[in-house]
Amino acid sequence: MKLKRNLLATLVAAACGLGATAAQAQVSDGVIKIGVMNDMSGLYADLTGPGSVVAARMAVEDFGAAAKGMKVEIVSADHQNKPDVGSTIARTWYDVDKVDAIADVPTSSVGLAVNQITREKGKVMLNSGTASSDLTGKACSPNTIHWTYDTWMLANGTGGAIVKSGGDTWFFLTADYAFGHALERDTEAVVVKNGGKVLGKVRTPFPGQDFSSFLLQAQASKAKVIGLANAGGDTTNSIKQAAEFGITKGGQSLAGLLVFLPDVHGLGLNTAQGLVLTETFYWDLNEQTRAWTKRFMAANNNKPPSMVHAGVYASVLHYLKAIEAAKTDDGTKVVAQMKAMPTDDPLFGKGTIRADGRKIHPAYLFEVKKPSESKYPFDYYKLRATIPADQAFRPMDQGDCPLVAKK
Amino acid sequence: MTEIFGVPTQALFGQLLIGLINGSFYALLSLGLAVIFGLLNIINFTHGAQYMLGAFVAYLMLTKLGIGYWWALLVSPVVVGATGVLIERFLLSKLYKLDHLYGLLLTFGLALIIQGLFRNEFGSSGQPYQIPSQLQGGQNLGFMFLPNYRAWIIVASLVVCLSTWYVIERTKLGSYLRAATENPQLVQAFGVNVPRMITLTYGFGVGLAALAGVMAAPVYQVSPQMGADLIIVVFAVVVIGGMGSILGAIVTGFGLGLIEGLTKVFYPEASSTVIFIIMVIVLLLRPAGLFGTQK
Amino acid sequence: MSTGGGVSVAAQKRAEELRTHRTAFIVMLAVLVLAPAVVYPVFMMKVMCFALFACAFNLLIGFGGLLSFGHAMFLGSAGYASAHAAKVWGFTPELAILFGTACAAVLSAGAGLLAIRRQGIYFAMITLALAQMVYFFSLQAKFTGGEDGIQGVPRGHLFGVISLDNQLTMYAFVLVIFLFGFGLIYRTIHSPFGQVLKAIRENENRTISLGYDTDRFKLLAFVLSGTLAGLAGATKALVFQLASLTDVHWSMSGEVVLMTLLGGMGTVFGPVVGAAVIITMQNYLAQLGAWVTIVQGVIFVVCVMAFRRGIIGELAHWLKRPL
Repeated sequence: MKLKRNLLATLVAAACGLGATAAQAQVSDGVIKIGVMNDMSGLYADLTGPGSVVAARMAVEDFGAAAKGMKVEIVSADHQNKPDVGSTIARTWYDVDKVDAIADVPTSSVGLAVNQITREKGKVMLNSGTASSDLTGKACSPNTIHWTYDTWMLANGTGGAIVKSGGDTWFFLTADYAFGHALERDTEAVVVKNGGKVLGKVRTPFPGQDFSSFLLQAQASKAKVIGLANAGGDTTNSIKQAAEFGITKGGQSLAGLLVFLPDVHGLGLNTAQGLVLTETFYWDLNEQTRAWTKRFMAANNNKPPSMVHAGVYASVLHYLKAIEAAKTDDGTKVVAQMKAMPTDDPLFGKGTIRADGRKIHPAYLFEVKKPSESKYPFDYYKLRATIPADQAFRPMDQGDCPLVAKK
Repeated sequence: MTEIFGVPTQALFGQLLIGLINGSFYALLSLGLAVIFGLLNIINFTHGAQYMLGAFVAYLMLTKLGIGYWWALLVSPVVVGATGVLIERFLLSKLYKLDHLYGLLLTFGLALIIQGLFRNEFGSSGQPYQIPSQLQGGQNLGFMFLPNYRAWIIVASLVVCLSTWYVIERTKLGSYLRAATENPQLVQAFGVNVPRMITLTYGFGVGLAALAGVMAAPVYQVSPQMGADLIIVVFAVVVIGGMGSILGAIVTGFGLGLIEGLTKVFYPEASSTVIFIIMVIVLLLRPAGLFGTQK
Repeated sequence: MSTGGGVSVAAQKRAEELRTHRTAFIVMLAVLVLAPAVVYPVFMMKVMCFALFACAFNLLIGFGGLLSFGHAMFLGSAGYASAHAAKVWGFTPELAILFGTACAAVLSAGAGLLAIRRQGIYFAMITLALAQMVYFFSLQAKFTGGEDGIQGVPRGHLFGVISLDNQLTMYAFVLVIFLFGFGLIYRTIHSPFGQVLKAIRENENRTISLGYDTDRFKLLAFVLSGTLAGLAGATKALVFQLASLTDVHWSMSGEVVLMTLLGGMGTVFGPVVGAAVIITMQNYLAQLGAWVTIVQGVIFVVCVMAFRRGIIGELAHWLKRPL
């Protein structure tokens, strides 16, 4: 009797073991390869760059891939903010290097190009860096998850807050590529909806260095708010040069529509104080974010994390959980699984992913502290408002996403 | 508020002043190029990279040695000019007997190397460089607020351009230089060390580029790519002004800045192309340039 | 200088040249046909497009003696035209490429009329200026998509029936186009027209005194060169399914000069080898970012100072046969 029971037990155990290996065998060539593609040396290097690779590695560690017997490899590449470079890397990664998922991809023109290729090849894009809301709008795809933020959320958060507090005439300085156009479009819609007026706009070459003539045009328009529909170095340059030309002294205020913590660090609190901005992650928000940030900074040359880094961590973590649950790394199936499972991570808390690929989480309206208010390194923000998750992002039926059934 | 062609005068004058500031850089850079081409017949594609080097030397002097802007204005052109001397001595001089286009290709290659090395080290986004404290703040001119530093740029470049023109066109040293380009053997026979003069002239032209770089550092951000696209515009300026004419380079440089400023007001889409359109027209009508003489 | 004996010596040299060329051509053909088995086909297609671009450029500089510093305008504008035709107007691939090439032909005719009037450095400067105008136009025009470029260009069905989404089918198509372009250039170089062109390069005044309208020859060479560069660009847009600003930027004009210089200006096979080397180098050094630029600069300097004949040029010199 005992022998039979033991034998049965052994057989069951063996069967389970076999089952486990069978499940792993469904992962293509036994390795889950994630490619982190972003700007490693240019305009956005501090916001994304090598920090995103650190974040991705942390996610793999925290998931415990090794303990679960899953092999995960991380590779990285610099797309130099150029869509042709990005698409070549994506193609080579998917066709030759057997990469299963591409993560990060800031710069909307590259993000949209990689989105296309990912869809064609049935892989996965875990996008944390692209801003354009078209990624979950007309360009939405069953192979892409859009984490962190988008232009609609920024426009609604920062734009809405400024208009409601009296800034009702606007002049836009727009970076002349997909992101800038999307941000300008979404912010203009918010301004107009709240009764404001757009007095003018000017397209600035991307990336730019000297904004003096554009700032002068903004000054001449006498708009109350000069909206900076740009990011990274373009934003910091425009803000610095606006100070040089006495624009803020003249009574006009600058609206940095996309500002990250590293940008504030680069500007210094003296110049950046009072700036209103919207982010979905701040290192000092709660105990969990603080603990994570400590580990991150230790591995990232003591540079603080931006919300894009946080998004890379969270999206990679959720991706690995989805592969484990779905027992496959077939792109379209894993993305479907990611949408089916609720998300939970120490950085964004609990959330969900919608049918159009949009990850939903709360957004935070911050104001940059005065130098006197900052008590410790990187203590830069005070929280002005929290926009709940269901209001922070564009309603799914307004995006023209073909994946969403029209009601 | 008065309007000219539908544009308020305030905006117009503001843009013209910005245009003049940009024009100062065009003038300084094309002056160096014109000196090099006019006197040496070398097309110096490295000029943009040398401008960038000038800015970086100033930046490094500040961050590594704590030496500020005013010293950088003197030291950086000398340092970068010295590298120019080395380039001329060891590389360029070997190409004089060949087609001029080889000189162009060599300097193009050198530009790629220099820019690549700096991009490798510093990344392609800009490094901050503070406006020197003596020049911070600005004046309210009524139609716009003019930062002091930008006013300094206009003044300094005018002084440098006019003194260079004076030295070359009106002094004995300048006349030796001009004679040496016309007929090197004869001038050499008179006992003037022509090769050394050529080397030093190249160094001087490069030094002018570096000077422009130092002046640009506080306003244009110090980045490895800062000279790359600028050099193409400067070439157009030199060609329009007349490849060998010093005065032509100066006048065209400032003039172009103004024209660009005007275009930005009335038809901003064309502001980057207007210089090239003018260049094509000038080359077709007056092939030697506005101030040049056919060699 | 003998005349009667000279003719047969010339004929003998020509026969020897043909033999060498035939061998070299067979080698090249073999490599291109067998390559997709071992090398990523998209990479090889990129090499072929750039090889055609470099050969077209070489026609102008190597045989016509005219250094154009703006050839990217033909590569890029044809790319935009064919991408637009394929994506927005739904042209089949061969028609899209034809349309792109035709646009490049028109552009090169216009540019040529303006540029041919001058020589040497002025010619180079005019081509550069025109290329910059094309660049800034591409940056601002709506249809080119500015910084984003024209993305998601469909490869479509060749002649309406053969799907080009299959890598190998596309590869065969690109190979045919490359061979066509290469063959056309080869025939041009070795035709009476090509001889006059070489004469103009050697001594234009003498050629004029012999009664040839050199301007017309130069213009024709310019248009042919620009059109074939356009063919390369139009094809490349379909290979990568993307047309972007990189292809009209002046650094692209510099790259084709580099490829031709490295391979050997004025040789038949030089540009092909030069393109292959540079593209391979870019691929392998891509990880190291700025090192690509540095290495390209070093190659420029080394070639100009000590290696003016280029790879194939040196090989031909060593073998004492024309390549």
